[in-house]
Amino acid sequence: MVASVKIRELVDSMDDIRVVVGEENLDREILVSDLSRPALELTGYFNFYPVDRVQLLGKTELSFAEKMTSDERYIVMKRMCQAETPAFLVSRNQEPPRELLKAAEEKGIPVLLSKRSTTRLSSNVTNFLEERLAERISQHGVLVDMYGMGVLIIGDSGIGKSETALELIQRGHRLVADDRVELYMMDERRIVGEPPEILRNLIEIRGVGVIDVVNLFGVGAIRLKKRVDLVINLEHWDRNKKYDRLGYNLDKMQIFNVDIPKLSIPVRVGRNLSIIIEIATMNIRAKEMGYDATKTFENNLNNLIKKNTEEE
Amino acid sequence: MEKREYTITADTGIHARPATLLVQQASKFNSDITLEYKGKSVNLKSIMGVMSLGVGKGAEVSITAEGADEAEAIKGIDETIKNEGISE
Repeated sequence: MVASVKIRELVDSMDDIRVVVGEENLDREILVSDLSRPALELTGYFNFYPVDRVQLLGKTELSFAEKMTSDERYIVMKRMCQAETPAFLVSRNQEPPRELLKAAEEKGIPVLLSKRSTTRLSSNVTNFLEERLAERISQHGVLVDMYGMGVLIIGDSGIGKSETALELIQRGHRLVADDRVELYMMDERRIVGEPPEILRNLIEIRGVGVIDVVNLFGVGAIRLKKRVDLVINLEHWDRNKKYDRLGYNLDKMQIFNVDIPKLSIPVRVGRNLSIIIEIATMNIRAKEMGYDATKTFENNLNNLIKKNTEEE
Repeated sequence: MEKREYTITADTGIHARPATLLVQQASKFNSDITLEYKGKSVNLKSIMGVMSLGVGKGAEVSITAEGADEAEAIKGIDETIKNEGISE
């Protein structure tokens, strides 16, 4: 399925954007996040006119259009109003040319107006569209915000991800998503996770049912979305598998070509998972800040061995 | 009870990597296994315990196993020690 955003969603989520004409056509869809500033098109050069983009008219474009005759304006505006054109967006509360309103109304294309400056408006709308149009994958797991780090807990069904999340919430951390986490790439280095809207604030605990976290713990216990900084993979304890005892081998999990540090933690009766995950997160954070207990210990150990060797 | 003595020949002694391998090998057996160095003995299944000794080159150590699979344990650990060049 190709992602799309309706003009209505853009208008609803930006409080500075209002509709000038085309109120009845807000179901038109935007399919690309890039914007177009049709300055050359105003001069009649339409060779590379990106029809499928939102057309942003700033001061440059409108002041140029002012110098044209009404007939010229109408011809050029009509050419800009193509079947695929999602909408026109005018910045700085400038008055849209009458010819644009007329041509757009004829084709059923909404014309929107914002009080923001062109650059600011352009970056706001681009960010909004990029986020909404980004490719998404659905990951089975739990996303929790701990000490400002987004920790994605994954593992087989029934291993205790939700129970662990509940315990983490009780310890003061915040839930982002339980069971299904929607992941998308925010930029080349960042993956962001959020819950599907229907599951927001909810956790399902076997034997108890669906729990509304906001209702029971308050708004401080949830977060709507969070960048994923660490993946914790819960797995059944396997006697024959070798686990990292010292913390040398930080694994990676690739999500949309972004490498995210991953730790595998074996689950066994009597292990307190929430505390282990809490400590693992703090330890990774400390490492990122330059405090590496493993390395320090190894240096101390090598010094001790050297000293003992000299004494032999 | 099975016991075997070694003189450490590896230049770097029992540092983090060989310690991890020894502990992994020892953990496969049910017997109680101990490592003794300079009168101090530690559980060979405990990584922090083994490393805390700081065993260097030339050190005399002994490994003891006690339990149902003590013979196999000593044999298995002996293989690790030889294969990893910890002692000859």
